Amino acid sequence: MGAKLNSAAAGTANWADERTSIGGFVKFFARKLFPDHWSFMLGEIALYSFIVLLLSGVFLTAFFVPSMTEVHYEGPYETMHDVAMTEAFASTLKTSFEVPGGLLIRQIHHWAALLFLAAIMTHMCRVFFTGAFRKPRELNWLVGFTLMVLGLAAGFSGYSLPDDVLSGNGLRIIDGVVKSIPILGSYISFWMFGGEYPGVDIIPRLFTMHILLVPGLILALIALHLFLVFLHKHTQYPGGGKTHKNVVGLPLFPVYTAKAGGFFFVVFGIIALVASVFTINPVWNYGPYDPSPVSAGTQPDWYILFVDGALRLMPGWLFGLPLEWEIWGYTLSWNILIPAVIVPGIFFGIIALYPWLEAWATGDKGEKHVLDRPRNVPVRTGIGVALITFYVILVIEGSNDIVANLFHLSLNDITIFFQWGIFIIPPLAFWITKRICLGLQRKDRELVLHGHETGTIVRYDHGEYIEVHRPLDEQELWLRVSYDNHTPLEIAPELNDHGVARKGYRWDRFKQRLSRFYYEERVEPVTRLELEAAHHHHDAQGAHEAAEAEESSERLDDEWEQLEDGAKR
Amino acid sequence: MHAIARRRHHRAAPLLLVLMLLALITGVAAVAAPSATATTEASADDIAEGERLFAANCASCHGLDAQGTEGVAPSLVGVGAAAVDFQVGTGRMPMQASGPQALAKPPQFDQEEINQLAAWVASLGAGPAIPTPEQVDPELGDAANGMLVFRTNCAMCHGSIGGGGALTQGKFAPSLLETTPEHIYEAMLTGPQSMPVFNDANITPEHKRDVIAYLDFQSNGSPGGLSLGAIGPVSEGLWAWLVLLGLIIASTIWVGARSS
Repeated sequence: MGAKLNSAAAGTANWADERTSIGGFVKFFARKLFPDHWSFMLGEIALYSFIVLLLSGVFLTAFFVPSMTEVHYEGPYETMHDVAMTEAFASTLKTSFEVPGGLLIRQIHHWAALLFLAAIMTHMCRVFFTGAFRKPRELNWLVGFTLMVLGLAAGFSGYSLPDDVLSGNGLRIIDGVVKSIPILGSYISFWMFGGEYPGVDIIPRLFTMHILLVPGLILALIALHLFLVFLHKHTQYPGGGKTHKNVVGLPLFPVYTAKAGGFFFVVFGIIALVASVFTINPVWNYGPYDPSPVSAGTQPDWYILFVDGALRLMPGWLFGLPLEWEIWGYTLSWNILIPAVIVPGIFFGIIALYPWLEAWATGDKGEKHVLDRPRNVPVRTGIGVALITFYVILVIEGSNDIVANLFHLSLNDITIFFQWGIFIIPPLAFWITKRICLGLQRKDRELVLHGHETGTIVRYDHGEYIEVHRPLDEQELWLRVSYDNHTPLEIAPELNDHGVARKGYRWDRFKQRLSRFYYEERVEPVTRLELEAAHHHHDAQGAHEAAEAEESSERLDDEWEQLEDGAKR
Repeated sequence: MHAIARRRHHRAAPLLLVLMLLALITGVAAVAAPSATATTEASADDIAEGERLFAANCASCHGLDAQGTEGVAPSLVGVGAAAVDFQVGTGRMPMQASGPQALAKPPQFDQEEINQLAAWVASLGAGPAIPTPEQVDPELGDAANGMLVFRTNCAMCHGSIGGGGALTQGKFAPSLLETTPEHIYEAMLTGPQSMPVFNDANITPEHKRDVIAYLDFQSNGSPGGLSLGAIGPVSEGLWAWLVLLGLIIASTIWVGARSS
């Protein structure tokens, strides 16, 4: 039986290979090595939630009617009886209450969308804090960044489709933001809505964007993203034997294919579980869109909350001066332009260009395939935490009414607190994080030099007490001493040999300043000499240990040679 | 007395008032006026008992004659029985502690005592009466119309289905999901604390009942499952991070635990 099956499988494989040369690909992919760590699966969560989005989205398109034609509701939901609404809203209600399984699929789709963006951002954080964006992966960082922005676009366009009060309010805010752009704003708004807001064109247009344009781009970029991962090979966490020149891991087949395949069902299953238990976006509560009502708790989905928060944070007047100017009859709304356009623009700009910023500071042109431990790059880690803090403040401010109501705080006080806090808390977070990182590095030094505390106290014959320290093993040592230790850039002097000002000096000087900001304050990894010295110091404590010490010192020398060989690139 | 209160905002109110005055002048007031009300008529004993309760529990702030104290408590002359039934019936009065607003708590008096208090306050000057059971019966209301009225007039503070929301300076619009139909009706009629008054010209008694029907409908629960507080996308987002992503990351660690 087994032999028969095998020959059948071989025959089929051969048939396919002779016609497609697929054998080569299978060989290549099956033998491709991947390092293993749970955090490498965060990107997979995003990928799988996107697949769930595609599958559930196809189902929803079968029932959704992207039209703003007015109808009167005739379905079973009592509080909507005979209410005037658009076909888009009516078909959403129909999908929810009349299509078998429709509500579940809608909820799966929406929960998957929230998860998609949460997973993308968590994945981005992992990449950022471990330095996986460094050469040669800067472009892939940009691809990932673009995917995140496209994810926001996909999410927002989908959120707007049901044409309920909540999504209409969201669109109204976007309309206001667009209109705040000087000169072009009102033209762009009219172009988007096909006339004055809301018009009757926006839903069909968003529909095309949501089901064709944006997902198409996302799919193409996911392909590019994964292709680049294959091309660059996956990064690996630091550890014994891992260098910038090798990949330590397991072959893709069979372990990872099985894991990844199974993991898709885990993700799908958990989304389905949450979607079947918890309501999401109950449009039947909000009712069909009407520009007049705005209910309490009107917020966008979480990933757009930061824009809402920035708008809520922005004062209309600053020190007695209005932030809405009228110049020759034209209105310039700084109070919208700054929080909703300029600040997010700068924030996203920093994120997109960060790999280059750091490359200038390090001046390191080498390829980096071993990840950093966040503590070993204190300034980067600090910047990351400061950016997250900034973002989280905006998200909390975006939900200020919910926070106020939940904790019985004053809405006004929360806003005033964050109006100051947005300038104070992120730098503070940067500073605290940097100090913690430096502290952890010092702790590592301590550990390498003196070994683990064993808690065992020994008394010598002559009465002296010492605490016994256990030296670190090879793996522990490797992790703590073999990382890239950058120092501030040295640049050529301002004047060249002929006493003439050097071209490009100012740019170099900028990079040097940046570099000082990054690496001025640092904790050097333990050198071989330091380690030996420490070891001898310990050994000198007990004469009777001398022989043992010599032995271990020799062993240590061997270890160091191995380490250095490994770390050389 | 109550008949006058209920008809105060009615179209025919001026006419009735004139007739009333005429009746008073001609000396027939004593027999004609009380005959219009029967169900909620309070006896003189009730009013006297109400006055006694008031003096013992409310007068320290509102004054013995309920004229109020400047900057502390408002005058209660003319607030009507409905205001008393709401404020005392939801436990907001007597107020436990001063703060941004009076908080609801278990009521301090039973319904009979509340009625006596209400009768005394109502005797001070004409005001809105406690609604009849028919006026607040959700079965008689139109929930779909209630939805439209609610979202135009109420949702900006109380949220789309009455889950509650924040106001300025620590004040808030409470959740209506546990509020009784009578109290909802009385709140609309009397506008307690930060809430505006929705008189019968603004929202007719029928529309008030529709609102009650809409809120009552919410007790069926959400068709989509647990509602996460019915406060909109913020709680959904929090849930997506904590529960959804949390569960999945926990499983990645579990999946990755074998080999790493």
